[in-house]
Amino acid sequence: MQMYDLPDRKGHFGPYGGVFVAETLIHALDELRDAYDSLRHDRAFVAEYEYELKHYVGRPSPVYFAKRLTEKCAGAQIWLKREDLNHTGAHKINNTVGQALVARHMGKKRIIAETGAGQHGVASATVAARYGMQCVVYMGSEDVQRQAPNVYRMKLLGATVVPVESGSKTLKDALNEAMRDWVTNVEDTFYIIGTVAGPHPYPMMVRDFNSVVGRELLVQMPEAIGKQPDAVLACVGGGSNAMGAFYPYIPHKQVRLIGVEAGGLGLHTGKHAATLCAGKPGVLHGNRTYLMQDDNGQIIETHSISAGLDYPGVGPEHAWLKDTGRAEYVAVTDDEALDAFHALCRLEGIIPALESSHAVAHAMKMAASMSTDQVLLVNLSGRGDKDMNTVARHSGLSL
Amino acid sequence: MSRIPAVFKRLHGAGRKALIPFFTAGDPDKGSTVPILHALVRAGADIIELGVPFSDPMADGPVIQRSSERALRNGTTLRDCLGFVAEFRATDTITPVVLMGYANPIEAMGYDAFADSAAASGVDGVLVVDYPPEESAELHDKLKSRGMDSIFLLSPTSVDERMDDVARLASGYVYYVSLKGVTGSASLDLDDVKSRIPRIRAHVNLPIGVGFGIRDAQTAHVIAGVSDAVVIGSRLVQEIESSQPGQAAGNLERLVSEIRRAMDSPA
Repeated sequence: MQMYDLPDRKGHFGPYGGVFVAETLIHALDELRDAYDSLRHDRAFVAEYEYELKHYVGRPSPVYFAKRLTEKCAGAQIWLKREDLNHTGAHKINNTVGQALVARHMGKKRIIAETGAGQHGVASATVAARYGMQCVVYMGSEDVQRQAPNVYRMKLLGATVVPVESGSKTLKDALNEAMRDWVTNVEDTFYIIGTVAGPHPYPMMVRDFNSVVGRELLVQMPEAIGKQPDAVLACVGGGSNAMGAFYPYIPHKQVRLIGVEAGGLGLHTGKHAATLCAGKPGVLHGNRTYLMQDDNGQIIETHSISAGLDYPGVGPEHAWLKDTGRAEYVAVTDDEALDAFHALCRLEGIIPALESSHAVAHAMKMAASMSTDQVLLVNLSGRGDKDMNTVARHSGLSL
Repeated sequence: MSRIPAVFKRLHGAGRKALIPFFTAGDPDKGSTVPILHALVRAGADIIELGVPFSDPMADGPVIQRSSERALRNGTTLRDCLGFVAEFRATDTITPVVLMGYANPIEAMGYDAFADSAAASGVDGVLVVDYPPEESAELHDKLKSRGMDSIFLLSPTSVDERMDDVARLASGYVYYVSLKGVTGSASLDLDDVKSRIPRIRAHVNLPIGVGFGIRDAQTAHVIAGVSDAVVIGSRLVQEIESSQPGQAAGNLERLVSEIRRAMDSPA
């Protein structure tokens, strides 16, 4: 088995990743890299993290056989990794617990975060409350509208939510604003990035904290079905839940890894957020990766029904996995994701996040042409309570 | 060849400091950029930093963010910026121009195409906010082989080894960002600047420009007393923003002349 030991010391995954930031942040990133390098090998730290995952997050999350959904598709078995059952309702907490512990070890009292759908913001506000830290969450003003329940959740948890009015008023602009806060308050502030993007060591660190998902699967799937699945599927916006599920499977070459991007209104319309399917490499938010951009290198606005996938970049490790062919990336449209959302509600009694519904949608498509002894594992990264308003609006209702 | 070293040599001989104004190309409109360049020279600018607009200016405060948005609404591209410099060069072959911006427009154009076009347009230096030295060796080589300088930033958080890293690639001048924060933030800490400059000089054998937080002639005067160059940006961009149509170049000329006089006045 060939060893996979990326990123390199400077944070590169082949040509992707790296540290593309203004000089003021270099020292903070060096400090973070050094702190994380020592903590990841520190037994007490790892034990503390695992204790929190078990007793606070509620891990391990179960794997679940979606029997009625499988019967409907009449093909491969569809299994779900139930990250929606975690505390705060998504995989995001795996990472925020980890980073908050790193922040505490580094003596930082103030944390900042960016959020799109609000799940990472809620997970950050949650750990800030848990560890007694001040928390400021940047959120595009458009997303503040779309995700009102999560905004209120963050406030209940004691966080300050700052609506960002610049640019497209979505996740990318929230990230810009969080970076600006960090540059200004770099000495006492820890920036909890919510996805496997940004400057090194973030893509590696966020991957590591989320890879508990894939490590559990490596044990759970053989216990459940006597073998590993034929494919692992996960939605990809920035790509943190996908990276968490994929990473431990990278050496298991017989398992296909399939990332499902937001096809929005369809790739041909240009209104989508399928960065790996339709973007080009470039530099944004501290790393080199695929980006949605025009011919002049300006970042273009993306579209997705799910705020959490509405991002013009993607984690650099996904860019590398795409180029090397180890993982495949596809897109499903808003409508396909909505159909999958309703199917899972009706057939399994599970209300999935719209983000995760993209992965379910692609699994349903694939399953139909596969045999009944084959297995598709979908990382159900989050629950859909936050999406009630969006789904109701698409059904012509208002709540 | 870059015109920057000759400028510092001439000023040094005369006991003067360089004034380096910044503004965003294409703001308030594309037609104003070349007239503003000439107006800044008339007002006493020694080097001009011309901002290339980008959709996601992470290191900039609201004033320069808005100027980028205006420039992009006007359709200003990196190629336009190179065209502005070429047009300026038709009548000004002396004043150095440094392009300042973010990595992605250069990534999209390609290093070779950018370096060739920048050299042909008469660009003297390039400052890319999000290309720190460790990620910019390749572009640096291509600029250097065509006679252009790579300008790098140093900040209050830069440690000694970092200054050495920057010194290995930097030429022309280094730009000391005098405060932690984005462009246009609160005032700079004068005592901090005074104590940093000698430390930087111990590591970097290049002229040192100081910028971020210089908002008036008086501050420019004091900074000129301790550095080799004064960079002033957000204040000028604010002037463009508040100018009536057609008035930006004239207003900037008055403002920059005032700063020039303050810098040249005896302590």
